[in-house]
Amino acid sequence: MTDTANYSTRIDEATGNKVISIERSGETVDFIIGSSPDGTDLWQRVPYDADDYGPVADPRTDFDHADSAYNPNAPQVWKELREGGCPVAHTDRYGGMWVPITDETVTEIAYDTENFTSRSVVVGVGRPGDRALPAPIGGAPPITSDPPFHNMARRLLLPAFAPKVIEPWEPEIRRLCQKLLDEMGDITPGESVVDAAIQYAQNIPVNVIGRMLGFPEEDEALFRTFVHDVLERINEEPGTREGGDDLGVYIQQQIDDHRANPRDDLTSYLMNVELDGNKLEDPVVGGMVVLLLVAGIDTTWSAIGSSLWHLAQHPEDHQRLLDDPEVMTFALEEFLRAYAPVTMARLVAKDNDFHGCPMKKDDWVLLPFPAANRDPRKFEDPDTFIVDREENRHAAFGLGIHRCLGSNLARLELKVAIEEFIKRFPRFELAGDTRWSVGQIRGPRELSVRILEVAD
Amino acid sequence: MRVHLDAEKCQGHNRCYALAPELFDVDDYGQAMLIVEGDVPADLHDKARLAASNCPEYAITITENG
Repeated sequence: MTDTANYSTRIDEATGNKVISIERSGETVDFIIGSSPDGTDLWQRVPYDADDYGPVADPRTDFDHADSAYNPNAPQVWKELREGGCPVAHTDRYGGMWVPITDETVTEIAYDTENFTSRSVVVGVGRPGDRALPAPIGGAPPITSDPPFHNMARRLLLPAFAPKVIEPWEPEIRRLCQKLLDEMGDITPGESVVDAAIQYAQNIPVNVIGRMLGFPEEDEALFRTFVHDVLERINEEPGTREGGDDLGVYIQQQIDDHRANPRDDLTSYLMNVELDGNKLEDPVVGGMVVLLLVAGIDTTWSAIGSSLWHLAQHPEDHQRLLDDPEVMTFALEEFLRAYAPVTMARLVAKDNDFHGCPMKKDDWVLLPFPAANRDPRKFEDPDTFIVDREENRHAAFGLGIHRCLGSNLARLELKVAIEEFIKRFPRFELAGDTRWSVGQIRGPRELSVRILEVAD
Repeated sequence: MRVHLDAEKCQGHNRCYALAPELFDVDDYGQAMLIVEGDVPADLHDKARLAASNCPEYAITITENG
């Protein structure tokens, strides 16, 4: 916890860019904050066109997490790679990407912030250029920050998500879940089919964060639409996601309203927190809000959906949770282990030999914590869901300095969402094909379940 | 039995506080703190082992006496 850095910020008059000058090892380096179109030193367009590649034939040499067959079959892919003696897969896609699969290799990279940078954590067609440093004052701190700046940015947000701040939200989250169940209308056992992803899981994290931010309850549907537009647009080309979108405008209105009517909530917290003796500027507060939305919503939604997908197929686990609610302590962690939704990414910071792999600066590295969670060298019988697994050092929330900032909130939402669903519907089963997400967040996007019993 | 917490390794996963609140607390940043001094009472040995064996960062270790 000794991270400190000397830095100053200024606006470059010629370009209008915000520049941060950082003193490191006696040397001052200028970084430019934010993003800009292709062809500058802020963003590099990766030489990759998905149309040049077909479906993945051999994941050892042509791994692609964005192949539509990957997420539905991911545990099988990891198992085959491990058993085939391939601890680190590779592909030429995305300009070159490495994929550690074992607990050992995933853990080693997560802890090695010297050789692997977090400057971009989502694999795509663009990566930050040499002079782009989107942290600590840029758009997405601290997830895209490295030491020593990472710790400064992270400590701003940690108190807002500490366990004792999150715990009191339980009744509110329970009420939100019950409301969503009520809104499903009349259910006829044995006949009614609901979509547990769309009608339930999807709405929980967005409603909860909206409430924590102190946004008006009557704006719930509007806010949800804005957020889903942003999530849908994550895969667009870099540089095309300019400001002025509906969500940005809405968030600025909320910031203005909080300035006029101060109250005790997360938006006010972000507006009042100080970095280097100064309050954050509105666009930075807005950027942090967007990060909290993007990082917290489809991840938690995926975890809830996967857990319900499991229970729909395993009535014995479902029954155990009903008969013995205390087992949730262990079941919750087992859902997180077996169905961890989040795969992160790193960029190689400098050329290095990793377990015999010749990694080059700016190569992508995918960091599949969900694969590490199914490594038999760490977990006994890893592909079996054991509802009361007592020893469970899973890495669903990552390892090392980037441990998911929202993990306490995510865990609480997941627990309450499962409890309320199984309490209302003591029996349900799959009612058709499940549609899985594509990309680094793994979870059901459509999940039809037939309700077999409704609680009185 | 004694419990040791390596504060440098702790990343605030909150597993120990959830499993053994008699032995661990968390600060305003969510970092774990050991709240038992010296020997762990016998009735808390299982909880201490549970907390240690669930820490994702291997920040908790246990020394059995004798």
